[in-house]
Amino acid sequence: MNPFSLEGKTILVTGASSGIGRGIAIACAKMGGTVILNGRNEERLQETLSVLEGKNHQILVGDLSKQEDLQRMADTLPELQGWVNSAGIPKVCPIKHFDRKDVEEIFNVNITSTMLLLSMLVKKKKLKRGASVVLISAVTGAFVGSKGDTSYCATKGAVNGFMKGAALELAPQGIRINSINPGLVPTSILNLANDIAGEEHHTEIMLERYPMKRLGTPEDIGNGAVYLLSDASSWVTGTNLVIDGGYLLN
Amino acid sequence: MDIKEFIENFAGEFDETPMDSFTPDTDYKQLDEWNSLTALSIVAMVDEVYNKTITGADLRNHTTIQELADFIETK
Repeated sequence: MNPFSLEGKTILVTGASSGIGRGIAIACAKMGGTVILNGRNEERLQETLSVLEGKNHQILVGDLSKQEDLQRMADTLPELQGWVNSAGIPKVCPIKHFDRKDVEEIFNVNITSTMLLLSMLVKKKKLKRGASVVLISAVTGAFVGSKGDTSYCATKGAVNGFMKGAALELAPQGIRINSINPGLVPTSILNLANDIAGEEHHTEIMLERYPMKRLGTPEDIGNGAVYLLSDASSWVTGTNLVIDGGYLLN
Repeated sequence: MDIKEFIENFAGEFDETPMDSFTPDTDYKQLDEWNSLTALSIVAMVDEVYNKTITGADLRNHTTIQELADFIETK
């Protein structure tokens, strides 16, 4: 048996309709996992569903920032052997323009909902011994700073802190929890930053700051998630898997 | 739009550039302090004060503060 196989595992991917989450869902299905796709937009989830290898995958529409949706998801989900959270929003805003509503919104989506859903899934025993949780964080906020999107950084730092504490608390129950900290992966989140800095932004960053001379792809992150979900990583918990083309080396 | 007020708001997003550097004819992208963060601050200011959404491309596509103000007014 391939230790990286996800056969026999049911894996929830939250934030699965686009970008990194979509890449993770595709990678999980390719390795034999049964994937439950969550996101807010049914049409986009159907689109991801249509490209998954294998059968029995399903979609579960829900807005993680709404308590009633979280509750409904926790009630209806089957037992899970894995959960990857890739739901997140960016917020490009200089410090002097912060307002309470925006700060609360990004925390709600990027960390509060993760904390609450994990709580519900553990309480309802949807995650049990042998289950693996993977939180998609970032290198920014967790390891380095980034100007102009400091509220995003704050939430990613929070993801890291929560992951460490949760890994310790859930280890006796046999539930593992790790993070993936990607460098730049061109997605709609990144396009926002690009909008401000100009079209040539990507190339410039890629050549100057990424030793591997390319940006990340959703597949790069998906393959990391497969490792952390699979039995190959059964003694790995509380760790940050940095996937960044060498960005942090500089 | 009152151009004087717009210039004050525009200048308010800069920390080092003296106020007299800002006129309707100022080519804002040539200011020493112009960078991605000041650009971002202008986008945020226009959203907050004028309730209009402009993009990075809009900032790149205009030259003077007056042109930018005229553009925002048409939005």
